[in-house]
Amino acid sequence: MHEIVQAIILGILTGGVYALMASGQTLIFGIMKVVNLAQGAFVVLGAYLTYTLFVDTGIDPFLSILITTPLMFVVGVALQWALLRPLHSDDVAQLSLLVTFAIALGIEGVLSFTYSTSLVNIQPAYANFSWTVFGYQINMVRFFAFVLSLVVLGALYLILQKTKFGRAVRATVQNPMSAQLLGVDSQRVSAFGFGLGAATAAAAGSVFGMLNAFNPGSHYDLISRLLTVVVLGGLGSIGGSVVAALVMGVAASLVSALASPIWSDFSFFVVLLLVLLLRPQGLFGARTRGAL
Amino acid sequence: MSEILLSVDHLTKRFGGVTAVNECSFQVQTGTITALIGPNGSGKTTVFNMVTGYLKADSGSITFKGEPIMRPRPADLYRRGLSRTFQQARIFPDLTVLENLVVAAGYSWKQLFGKRVTADDNARAHRMLEEFRLEQLADLPSGELSYGQRKLLEFAAVLMSEPSLVLLDEPTAGVNPVMIDTMERHVRERHANGVTFLIVEHDMQLVMRLCDPVIVLDRGAPIAFGTPAAIQSDPLVLEAYLGG
Amino acid sequence: MRALLARIGVVRAVIFFLILIIVPIVGGPVWLINTLIFTIMYAALASSWNLVGGYAGYPSLGHAAFFGLGAYAIAITFNKSVDGGYVPFIVLPIVGIGAALISLPIGWVAMRTRADVFAIVTITLLFIAQTLAFNLTGVTGGAQGTSVAVAPFAVDTYDWPFYYGMVVLLAVAMGISVYFRRSKIGLSLSTVRADEEKAHGVGVRVTAVKLIAFSVSAGLVAMVGGVWAYYVGFVYPQFAIDPLITIGMVLMAFLGGRGTLWGPVLGAFIMVPAQQYFAYTFGASELYLVAYAAVFLIIMLFLPRGILPSIADRLRKRRATANAREDIIPAVDVAATEGTGVAQ
Repeated sequence: MHEIVQAIILGILTGGVYALMASGQTLIFGIMKVVNLAQGAFVVLGAYLTYTLFVDTGIDPFLSILITTPLMFVVGVALQWALLRPLHSDDVAQLSLLVTFAIALGIEGVLSFTYSTSLVNIQPAYANFSWTVFGYQINMVRFFAFVLSLVVLGALYLILQKTKFGRAVRATVQNPMSAQLLGVDSQRVSAFGFGLGAATAAAAGSVFGMLNAFNPGSHYDLISRLLTVVVLGGLGSIGGSVVAALVMGVAASLVSALASPIWSDFSFFVVLLLVLLLRPQGLFGARTRGAL
Repeated sequence: MSEILLSVDHLTKRFGGVTAVNECSFQVQTGTITALIGPNGSGKTTVFNMVTGYLKADSGSITFKGEPIMRPRPADLYRRGLSRTFQQARIFPDLTVLENLVVAAGYSWKQLFGKRVTADDNARAHRMLEEFRLEQLADLPSGELSYGQRKLLEFAAVLMSEPSLVLLDEPTAGVNPVMIDTMERHVRERHANGVTFLIVEHDMQLVMRLCDPVIVLDRGAPIAFGTPAAIQSDPLVLEAYLGG
Repeated sequence: MRALLARIGVVRAVIFFLILIIVPIVGGPVWLINTLIFTIMYAALASSWNLVGGYAGYPSLGHAAFFGLGAYAIAITFNKSVDGGYVPFIVLPIVGIGAALISLPIGWVAMRTRADVFAIVTITLLFIAQTLAFNLTGVTGGAQGTSVAVAPFAVDTYDWPFYYGMVVLLAVAMGISVYFRRSKIGLSLSTVRADEEKAHGVGVRVTAVKLIAFSVSAGLVAMVGGVWAYYVGFVYPQFAIDPLITIGMVLMAFLGGRGTLWGPVLGAFIMVPAQQYFAYTFGASELYLVAYAAVFLIIMLFLPRGILPSIADRLRKRRATANAREDIIPAVDVAATEGTGVAQ
């Protein structure tokens, strides 16, 4: 029993970080109808930036987010502007998907070249500190990572609800055509949205780098999990993907504790296939699609 | 003449909070050209989509040729002899005009593995092309057709399977006056050959010329049913169109 | 006209395969044969992928899973001995049929989803396969990989059986493509690609043709994987079930032109030599990834429909303008059916 509760706690904390990564991806899908296969690579890129800042200048990984997120926002906007915006043909969706795959490969290549392919880890002094609450271990980094995820998700929520840009995004998600008629500049919304997605990935990357050893190839593991989360959450629904991320985090953590860690990823995929078998539109697809 | 071909009973569809179709019931009798008219947003196309299986109804039932259709699916209904066209003509632009007809003619499992276009397919398709005066265009990729020609081709294609009921969704929307006459002529010809039609149409002159009876839909439910003359003088109908 | 075109097609295919057959006999440096084996392998993979990704319009990102399936099937079966050396080739059709059967339920689930989710589901399939390969250590040897017994072929012509094996698989993949195009399967696939919903409504056997395309494609890819495993001798999860293999197939089909017979082949004959050249020039594999991504992006941005369809388009336009100048009768007929009143 103790083991199970411990696994659930761990799962929720991990799930929070995945929720952060997935929220960016599902936002991008909501706006552009593009499945961003580079989201995992953005996370890894964010992790490496944090790693460099930490190793070279000693900036605390949590603080470095203040630098990495704006930087990745710019990178995201630039990528959208240079590589996705010019696409036009009958099947933009297919092409965009493949372009994001190419971006992921490109990032992997550049990172491999710069950092080599050996695993690294961001290890601040407090990395292994943990509290004991009612006999349960709560790792401090994990806890703050979770809190940070909540904060960033909250900020994202505020941006979408309170700002003019947010209103444009919500209008675009719900009905791109009428949003355009109402004077929303869809290209600009797409660019900002892609930037925002990359920025959330960067924030998640900083904490991901403290929680896991990673190398440039880590984005494959990440993207496979993220895709599961966003599909389960009903593509385009941020609320759905947060719930899905928490559910999957707990499920993976339980499998890891009760069976074996090597099967925890597998549980993601099996759940995904089962859900698609029963509900091809995703767990929350029908109800919350487009509702953010 | 009074045999019921299609019966729609208490069909309901909600989109979010909006009830697009509300307890809608009507019948189409064999051998008629029935019109389904109504102001914009009255749910005509939604009814079409539910009857042809493109949209799942929230409640209600559909009976075709006396058999209840539990889960209407386009492929299934097609095999039973019910086919439809779309408001924005949907054809297969990569296929030639002839192939568009051939693929819609239906085929057995054995034929699936056989030739793309057999001599028999070719003959059948050419007969249809002749009827629609499209012979010259047989080998043209249908993506190169004009809008009006596409509508004509889609109509011809759904006739290839010799359906007993054809649903036409605004067959003359956006086409020129000569094409409207052409379309009308083809409907009449086919009707004379025993095909029943259910037509959604905005061109009232055409409806009054061509159709009998007429069903008027307003806010997702029928408000009037009768001959064109009766409909034209029905105060409820006037109110629906003018009052909103 | 059509008969003439068909004959030109046959002649082209015969010449192409004759050249492929002759090359090893005429002889050449080892690197050439080696490069050709991988080129033909990718041509076969891209052509197989094209059956479902091109003709059916379902761009699978998970085909490397079937490649790995075939590779492991051969590696595990012939782990200890390959007898005379030809048995693995002989059992290849069984591998293909097995993989096709396994792919049926997978395709059935995956193809219930639309384009974007389909891509996600298939890429997930790839990761599932990789996880299984890593973790089912009893069967696959896990990260340690597994090996195929060395073939007892003469040193001089050691590569030949693998080379011709790949040629045969390419011929089969292209043959099936031609068969698809000439049968109602291809006709139906075109409708699925263009407008699946409408296809249902005119009685096309949508699910059946999608599954036929998916499983045949998967079976072929598995057979190629089998020959590959036998050729390289060692099977590791990260190489047998590699996202780059999937991307290779997709990229080459896109480059040459998906939904065409020769496009994937052309794509492979451009990409694989270029790839080998990059690897040779840049040495380390890291920059090669960047180059790969760059080529990929260039194709997507500037040649989204692929080489062959773009050329065909241009030719057709030229012919159309030529026709319009020489011959006005068709134009009048068009006007008549259109009913503009000109002819009436």
